[in-house]
Amino acid sequence: MDVELQLTVENLLARYVHALDDDRLEEWPDFFVEQGRYRITTAENFERKLPLPIIYADSRAMLRDRVSALRHANIYEAQRYRHAVSSTLVERLDAHTARAASNFQVVRIMRTGESVLFASGRYLDRIRIDGEHPQFEEKTVVLDSRGVDTLLAIPL
Amino acid sequence: MSAAPETRAWPAEGVTRVPYWVYQDEAIYSREQERIYRGAAWNFLGLEAELPNPGDFKTTFVGEMPVVAARDLQGTLRCFENRCAHRGALLCLKNRGNVKEIACVYHNWTYDLEGNLTGVAFRRGINGQGGMPEDARPEREAPRKLRVATFCGLMFATLSDATPPIERYIGPEVAAKIRRVMKGPVRVLGGYSQVLPSNWKLYFENVKDTYHASLLHLFFSTFRLNRLEQKGGVIVGGDGGSHVSFTMMKTDSGGDEYERAGMRSASGGYRLEAPQMLESVDEIGDGITLQILTVFPGFVLQQIMNCLAVRQVLPKGVNRTELVWTAFGYAGDDERMTELRMKQANLIGPAGYISLEDGAATGFVQRGAAGASERASFVEMGGRGVESNESRVTETSVRGLWQQYRKHMDL
Repeated sequence: MDVELQLTVENLLARYVHALDDDRLEEWPDFFVEQGRYRITTAENFERKLPLPIIYADSRAMLRDRVSALRHANIYEAQRYRHAVSSTLVERLDAHTARAASNFQVVRIMRTGESVLFASGRYLDRIRIDGEHPQFEEKTVVLDSRGVDTLLAIPL
Repeated sequence: MSAAPETRAWPAEGVTRVPYWVYQDEAIYSREQERIYRGAAWNFLGLEAELPNPGDFKTTFVGEMPVVAARDLQGTLRCFENRCAHRGALLCLKNRGNVKEIACVYHNWTYDLEGNLTGVAFRRGINGQGGMPEDARPEREAPRKLRVATFCGLMFATLSDATPPIERYIGPEVAAKIRRVMKGPVRVLGGYSQVLPSNWKLYFENVKDTYHASLLHLFFSTFRLNRLEQKGGVIVGGDGGSHVSFTMMKTDSGGDEYERAGMRSASGGYRLEAPQMLESVDEIGDGITLQILTVFPGFVLQQIMNCLAVRQVLPKGVNRTELVWTAFGYAGDDERMTELRMKQANLIGPAGYISLEDGAATGFVQRGAAGASERASFVEMGGRGVESNESRVTETSVRGLWQQYRKHMDL
């Protein structure tokens, strides 16, 4: 096993989920390369090869629009996430890129005090590893369930 | 909380008042199952395109009643209760699939795709021992069959013989607006569900409520997708339970009504860095960029620019509703068109720029009115009737819903 690569990827994932859970959403697009792709889908759509996303962006600009909409346009009750990422498998594709698959669970904490298991699934990532910092070229979030409770505002 | 429906009195003002007990009462909820979902109403099952081949099936619900929708081996669409004649177990345990027959896993009783009981395991016993009496007729308890109607590739089912023909039920003007979207063969692009923390009627009202669209959803108004001064209209059809609202996007008058009213939804200065997702194509060719259409009690058809979807509203208890979204394109779409539809899919669903608030807003009513079952909401925007209207600053289609609802429910 390439221990250094493993740690590099796990560190990227750790920094990524801390940014989301700490409400540093403005930093979220910078975890992606300029033309990075981000997609949330369900396992059912993924397995049936159906393209419908829950969120889809093919550039950092689209990710910034998402953050801007959450900050200035969309209305949702105050809430936070707590991500737990585990079982990350890493594979080097070439000198520039690696592929990773991880499990995740997200607890959603509402302003009312309610904490629920909001989402579970897989992160399927393609990561650029030849730059100063590793960045996602592609991040596909595959939700285990076809159902989402109430709304999905903050990214996963 | 629950009271006999007979003891409930609708406010004297009629459809301009909606008593909060209607979203809270278990007895009302039970009566809805009987008189609406299992009564004379057309329940949306899905798109015909979901069942293209003989043997294809999907499981879904008519109210709380589980059903199987299938294309039988002769190619005819069927719908029957997902309940074994024997002990009432679910017959089909998959969301969808393709089969020649259906076998109940409990005791292996088998059914054809019309819902007929075709085999009872060990009916004559084994070696002359056991088995059913000669005169036993378990077929009498077979799953109920529903009448199926299709309209423009949409599948509906009803248990009642009294339900009018589908097109008459929808109403001609609303039916015409279904026809314009379902103009050719469609291709399913995927689906998901959203679990809403509210009574089903709060969501159905929300979809019919043209007044809220540009006030709750800032994304709309800032980018002038559906400002109320744009050209469009609301049509109420059927017995009041069908509606369509539509907008011609490129006719924005450039007025500043929102800014002058100081409304939150016009807070200016907000621009997209990647507006390409909103570059829509007038593929239907009539200039309508946004159309939301409903058919009582639980069907929604949506055209938001090039993002096309149907939604099925399923009651899951007094306080819970499942909203099943199925997005589609046309069979002839090229890759570029599908990509555009997928970018515009950011507008809809549980994370939709112009829909994510709806899941929460209906829950706010459910929670806000928790201690006010004898009070009522106030629905007089645009008058007190259920007429079609050129303005969307109206709640006419919400009142239409209550007109049809009260008729079904005898309230």
